[in-house]
Amino acid sequence: MRMENIRNFCIIAHIDHGKSTLADRLLEITHTLSERELQDQVLDDMDLEREKGITIKSHAIQMDYAYQGKTYKFNLIDTPGHVDFSYEVSRAIASCEGAILVVDATQGIQAQTISNLYLAINHDLDIIPVINKIDMDAAMVDDVKDQIVDLIGCDPNDILPVSAKTGVGVEAVLEAIVNRVKPPKGDPEAPLQALIFDSVFNSFRGIIAYFKVVNGTIRTGDKVKFVNTGREYDADEVGILRLKMVPKNSISAGDVGYIISGVKESSEVKVGDTITHVVNPCNKAIAGFEDVKPMVFAGLYPVDADEYEDLRSSLEKLKLNDASLSFEPESSLALGFGFRCGFLGLLHMEIIQERLFREFDMDVINTVPNVSYKVYTTKGEMVEVHNPSGLPEPTMIDHIEEPVITAQIITKSEYLGAIMKLCIDKRGILKNQVFIASDRVEITFRMPLSEIVFDFYDKLKSISRGYASFDYFMDGYQPAKLIKLDILLNGEMVDALSSLIHFDHAYDFGRKMCEKLKELIPRQQFDIAIQAAIGSKIIARETVKAVRKDVTAKCYGGDISRKRKLLEKQKKGKKRMRQIGQVEVPQQAFLAVLKMD
Amino acid sequence: MSGIYIHIPFCHTKCGYCDFYSIGKRFYTDNFPELIAKEIKLRKAFLSDHTVETIYFGGGTPSILKPKHIEHIINAIQKEFNVIANPEITLEANPDDLTIETLKQISDVGVNRLSIGIQSFNDEELKTLGRRHNVNSSINAIRSSQGAGFNNISIDLIYGIPNSTEKSWIENLQKAFTMGVQHLSCYHLTYEQGTPITRKVKTGKLSEVSEEISVLQYELLRKLTAEAGFEHYEVSNFALPGYISKHNSAYWLGKEYLGVGPAAHSFNGKVREWNPPSLDTWASGIKSNQPATEQEVISKQIRFNELLVTNLRTKWGISIKNISKNIGKSYAQKLLNDSRPFLIDGKMLYIDEDVLLIPPQYYFISDAIVESLIVV
Repeated sequence: MRMENIRNFCIIAHIDHGKSTLADRLLEITHTLSERELQDQVLDDMDLEREKGITIKSHAIQMDYAYQGKTYKFNLIDTPGHVDFSYEVSRAIASCEGAILVVDATQGIQAQTISNLYLAINHDLDIIPVINKIDMDAAMVDDVKDQIVDLIGCDPNDILPVSAKTGVGVEAVLEAIVNRVKPPKGDPEAPLQALIFDSVFNSFRGIIAYFKVVNGTIRTGDKVKFVNTGREYDADEVGILRLKMVPKNSISAGDVGYIISGVKESSEVKVGDTITHVVNPCNKAIAGFEDVKPMVFAGLYPVDADEYEDLRSSLEKLKLNDASLSFEPESSLALGFGFRCGFLGLLHMEIIQERLFREFDMDVINTVPNVSYKVYTTKGEMVEVHNPSGLPEPTMIDHIEEPVITAQIITKSEYLGAIMKLCIDKRGILKNQVFIASDRVEITFRMPLSEIVFDFYDKLKSISRGYASFDYFMDGYQPAKLIKLDILLNGEMVDALSSLIHFDHAYDFGRKMCEKLKELIPRQQFDIAIQAAIGSKIIARETVKAVRKDVTAKCYGGDISRKRKLLEKQKKGKKRMRQIGQVEVPQQAFLAVLKMD
Repeated sequence: MSGIYIHIPFCHTKCGYCDFYSIGKRFYTDNFPELIAKEIKLRKAFLSDHTVETIYFGGGTPSILKPKHIEHIINAIQKEFNVIANPEITLEANPDDLTIETLKQISDVGVNRLSIGIQSFNDEELKTLGRRHNVNSSINAIRSSQGAGFNNISIDLIYGIPNSTEKSWIENLQKAFTMGVQHLSCYHLTYEQGTPITRKVKTGKLSEVSEEISVLQYELLRKLTAEAGFEHYEVSNFALPGYISKHNSAYWLGKEYLGVGPAAHSFNGKVREWNPPSLDTWASGIKSNQPATEQEVISKQIRFNELLVTNLRTKWGISIKNISKNIGKSYAQKLLNDSRPFLIDGKMLYIDEDVLLIPPQYYFISDAIVESLIVV
């Protein structure tokens, strides 16, 4: 097929604005799949994705569309919908020439939509604005139209009103893809340059990489090289992506496909890498490649200490289809043997934990998450610290730098004050404030990443009653006055409860931590002292008073079994607790910090 | 030596705190003692030791039984077992039921120990508990019992009742002492699921006493009973010298007992059995010669836990030698290891010869201690 009949596009939308439903309609109308095959939201094939209503891993699918006597080949490249995966989004966008901007008629534009839209505009994508859910009673089509016009400066008549649910207006979207999205450019005869925008793990075939050919042609049997990793492979199979993979002899410039080349390790296939030929390679890699680094770290420990090896093998399997997960063994006095895991962000951490539970039946305790700090020693070395216990001795530290983000928040103007206060409390510095509509405002803050890993999302959600959307990108490092705050239970330090914290927050944090732990640690036969300490200095203390009455008065008529079973049940419940010295600590306590007010 | 327990499920009314199996008095018929007698015959093989030392009518409200029915049941036991010369035969009684005439009759048929459900010598507290008797009838019942020749009387008292105080509890205990009873069973009020008093607490109509009051009342209980010459021999039981309840102690000491009647529990050292908590299901089982008992075979681990749950409640404690001999050395070793923190810190346990004991001042947290020691 000629390049001018190919259209590569993605859909940009906020969670729940209807991206997946619209995708389903497009597939249905183009007969890419029969109605029988059409499950709701076919593109989200992990259970978890469907439940959380978000696409975690992107996918791609090809469809044919007949229009005015010609057949067009559409490649829909699906993008993950969460800030933690913004790099993957950027690579998916880089593979497209057009983007459908979907805005929910009842919700209006959200922060995440905007940041992805800017990415698309920066990549010179043709934008097709679509207002979805026009069939809903609460639809504010005109207001949302104004927002879109303000944002991208388009002609109001170019905005397509759609109900993906009922199918109204979807045909017009398909026509707009033909008429308004430019065909890909590229030279099929030039040296091969293909952009990897995603990969998946298949237990039979290894890692399957999805790519868009920018220049040249890739054929089955070619010897290929991944430029950034420098590794070479045989292209055992190349093909296109319909609902299933369809092998082809070749894929040429402008088109999207997959390659299977016997790769076993997910870390070998990096999103953003360039595929070229071993013989006659391209001059340079496609721009924009980044080696994605985990930003949030936490310890994961098996609830049952015997399951350490099971946890390792589960993490290894997860890593096969999620290269962004990293882990290394660590041990804690309190929790035993476990792993220090690196995640792209908080949601990523939550997803991994949930997948461990659902797919591998692993129940894990996770410790308080922290970000990665750069610690400069007095010897002039830089050490990356992912773990409070990894912090060098105070006398060895020259200074510490912490990662900073630029945060974009869009909200209703009535919540502006409260959100500003939240951001400032979180050491944020206001960078910009723009009214994008009369009652909608976008604010930009520069703030430490460490401040959002705890409870920022929850607080933002609650103070804005859900009317705030949030997005962020990494924005370098800045010096930070950090100290290590320790928690002691009856005088014994609990390493798993230590945290690295900004000096200004330390006293307040220590006090709240003690208060929260007092709530979470059950009373025992003796007093339990909970102390927060910086070095040897105690800065806060609470006491869990000893239980003074715990006895069953009576055993009626010799019913010994009932009493025994009751005590056995209670004891079993406590088996999931961790023993610190003589103190029994429930799992939730290790995440106490996330639940503080 | 074995014990026989007879469960009499009938009550005049249900008390506000009780969650045990009981039903209205109207279900009590002449047929009931016949069925009890038949059950004793059907299930006699359950006991390995056929020498019976104690007989206990518990409930429910056993004082609802007609004396001739009590006699019928005692006779049935005597027919099937070797009852010793001076058996302890206890009847739990509601103060209202204890008229002089009835008392004489039940004494005549062989009952020689009474356990009277006084609960409180304070009318307000009785109302809170949902009891139908009052303080006057309690006093009369005790006096009449003594008049009828009973010289082994136990009374039940409840403390930790909503709105009770240090003072009200002292008054209760002093009254018990002046009444000249030989045995006291003093229970802290327990809020069982689904009882009226628990609902009242949940809906805020009543409030539980504070832990401070509970602990204070328990301390007073220990102090005042000791001063009055009572021995604290089990978490909730106090006796003048020579008046320890033989039947109830058998539960704590792991002796054999056969329980007959609906919801009654039995134990023979190897197996625990219990009857269905339903008069109809129980009765039809007995009628068809197939008692509807359920049972649990006592494994080593269960036995170990049971011994801890029961023995540590008593002044006799748990013999480590016996654990080692009867259950296994590893269990004895584990018990010693797990006891160590309690032996050292706070002295919540102590060892006398080879016997592990909870000092009575820590009985009040004995569940917590036992829970730390059992094996799950």
